[in-house]
Amino acid sequence: MTDTAQAPIVAPRSGPGSAGPWLLTWRRFKKHRLALVSGVVVLMIYFVALFAEIIAPFSTETYSANYTYAPPQLVRMFGTDAEGSTHLFYVNDYTVKIDPISLSRAFETDPNKVIPVGFFVRGEPYKLWNLFDWDVHLFGPQEKGHPFYLFGADRLGRDVFSRTVHGARVSMSIGLVGVTISLLLGIFLGGISGYYGGWIDESVQRLVEFLKSIPTIPLWMGLAAAIPPSLDPLMVYFWITVILSLLGWTDIARVVRGRFLSLRTEDFVVAARLDGCRQQRIIWRHMVPSFMSHIIASVTLAIPGMILAETALSFLGIGLRPPVVSWGVLLKEAQNILAVSSAPWLFLPGLAVVIAVLTLNFLGDGLRDAVDPYAR
Amino acid sequence: MFSFILRRILLMIPTLIAISVVTFIVIQLPPGDFLTALTAERAQQNETLDSSLVLALRERYGLDQPWYTQYWLWISGILFRGDFGQSFEWNLPVSSLIWDRLGLTLIVSVTTLVFVWLVSFPVGIYSAVRQHSPGDMIATFLAFLGLAIPNFLMALVLMYFASRFFGQSVGGLFSPEYANAGWSLGRVWDLITHLWLPVLVLGSSGAAALIRIMRANLLDELHKPYVEIARARGVSEARLIFKYPVRVALNPFISTVGWVLPALISGEVITAIVLSLPTAGPLLLNALFSQDMYLAGGLILLLSVLTLVGTLLSDILLAVFDPRIRYT
Repeated sequence: MTDTAQAPIVAPRSGPGSAGPWLLTWRRFKKHRLALVSGVVVLMIYFVALFAEIIAPFSTETYSANYTYAPPQLVRMFGTDAEGSTHLFYVNDYTVKIDPISLSRAFETDPNKVIPVGFFVRGEPYKLWNLFDWDVHLFGPQEKGHPFYLFGADRLGRDVFSRTVHGARVSMSIGLVGVTISLLLGIFLGGISGYYGGWIDESVQRLVEFLKSIPTIPLWMGLAAAIPPSLDPLMVYFWITVILSLLGWTDIARVVRGRFLSLRTEDFVVAARLDGCRQQRIIWRHMVPSFMSHIIASVTLAIPGMILAETALSFLGIGLRPPVVSWGVLLKEAQNILAVSSAPWLFLPGLAVVIAVLTLNFLGDGLRDAVDPYAR
Repeated sequence: MFSFILRRILLMIPTLIAISVVTFIVIQLPPGDFLTALTAERAQQNETLDSSLVLALRERYGLDQPWYTQYWLWISGILFRGDFGQSFEWNLPVSSLIWDRLGLTLIVSVTTLVFVWLVSFPVGIYSAVRQHSPGDMIATFLAFLGLAIPNFLMALVLMYFASRFFGQSVGGLFSPEYANAGWSLGRVWDLITHLWLPVLVLGSSGAAALIRIMRANLLDELHKPYVEIARARGVSEARLIFKYPVRVALNPFISTVGWVLPALISGEVITAIVLSLPTAGPLLLNALFSQDMYLAGGLILLLSVLTLVGTLLSDILLAVFDPRIRYT
């Protein structure tokens, strides 16, 4: 307590020492370099997911029988093509040798054949967000029909890079949607548990303990297997998120409950109550804002778990199924060790998973450290 | 102490009942039952299933009755006769299929748990004591990587490297000659030589988490006044760290067994499918695909029981190690 008896009451939020809680959080967060960088990467991944159609050079289903299991091409700079004109970016074309016995294709990059790569090139038409017809891609081969496989091709000659970019939309959004459902459940159940206490608290806590004691993956598998395979892909997506959040809300509920318990007796809450505020107002105007930052941190830490769970389920073939493209669905292609030993680039979608999970973890860690601006 | 254990065991009973109900509901969820699937499959091959057999099976499992009757038939069989029902697909009693598999699941999980502890305990202490040193940075980085790489992906990548550079297949838990043999010293040794890969794959995320926890706990303790005082009195650094801060930091470490074990058993299911281990995971996945409900149900139920027992053991362990925990 400051000695308010002598000093006149100072208007709040004036001068450098009284920055708002969000500004203080931001200042602390900025010091955490790794978290800051991770935050930028996470934003970039979501940006890619949002504009997948533009960023991916091809659609998810574009296939080419000539380029099955074609290895990744390297983007090179300053290449001269057959006509003698120089291109800033280019990739080398393949020369294909077909093995006469096994009929498998052996690819070699041909340094003399230059495929110019450009930005904002016209390629396959698509419908952005199912709304706008367009055919401009962020980058791609300047001439339609030329092979352009940054991450190589899969068994049908589909571009793994394009599919990974499209997969980001499903995989990253399933984390967000799942966490939103978990958050609503968690705040609601954790909130009544911490606010009311007594038998409500007791039963919610037992429920949390019960859910935590079941091994999640067998249960998820059981629930996911119950989704009929004939269901519309969108509904499958919906049910998978519901299944994931059914078990995912418990951690958030614990955080919310803990905050409610400790805030219930805080001076400002007691003051608000004595001022005659309605209960809803106390909860939403006084208590929730004061632990919102904690919620954001634990939500960020919950997303990677969801992404991993979806990937695992789809990988096993009981989550999302083709034609839906998610990182898990893509990794299912890598399940066959024989295919992978000749085409290890099928692992590349896994790299996307690792980067997404890693950066989300770092971001969440940084946020958690930064959220308590008044501590210490 | 005894009454504490007894109380904990009694508390497990309602949880077990709840788990069995949830399991049964989950395996009941898919539309239709195995018999309709089987009849349809036979009809496709122009065979008809003996209708009296179908009727007898329906009768036996009460398939036409409401779910709670079916549930009672199922759970009472398990409780009173150890009868988990019939696996429709294998045409064998479920109990003859699962025990071997669950035993191996348990072996893999417990070995992994020991591995996780052996790794994370010293690394966690080192990380905390030498905070921000290159060793700490590397440990922290590897720990985060271990958390971020999905188990099945790591299994795939390791298998890829093994087949690429050593030219051998590393899946399974036994060499072909021991796969169906009885237990012998040779078979045990064979198991041990195959165990390292699943243990490494499974242990990575658990060890990563525990290293982080150990490091954070110990860091909290290391800056407390009592440590400073002990140092000022000239207690040697090793004794100083191991005598008190490590012991205090150990508590959350032990209590995490409660969730590390469920996570291990969960992860084991997926890793086993990738590495084709003869454990519960692949059997469960197949049972789910073919709607072999009693087999799936028995497996989910027993995996959950395994988890509960693990949690119980960790609670007892914690009570033994931490004198501050009251038993009442």
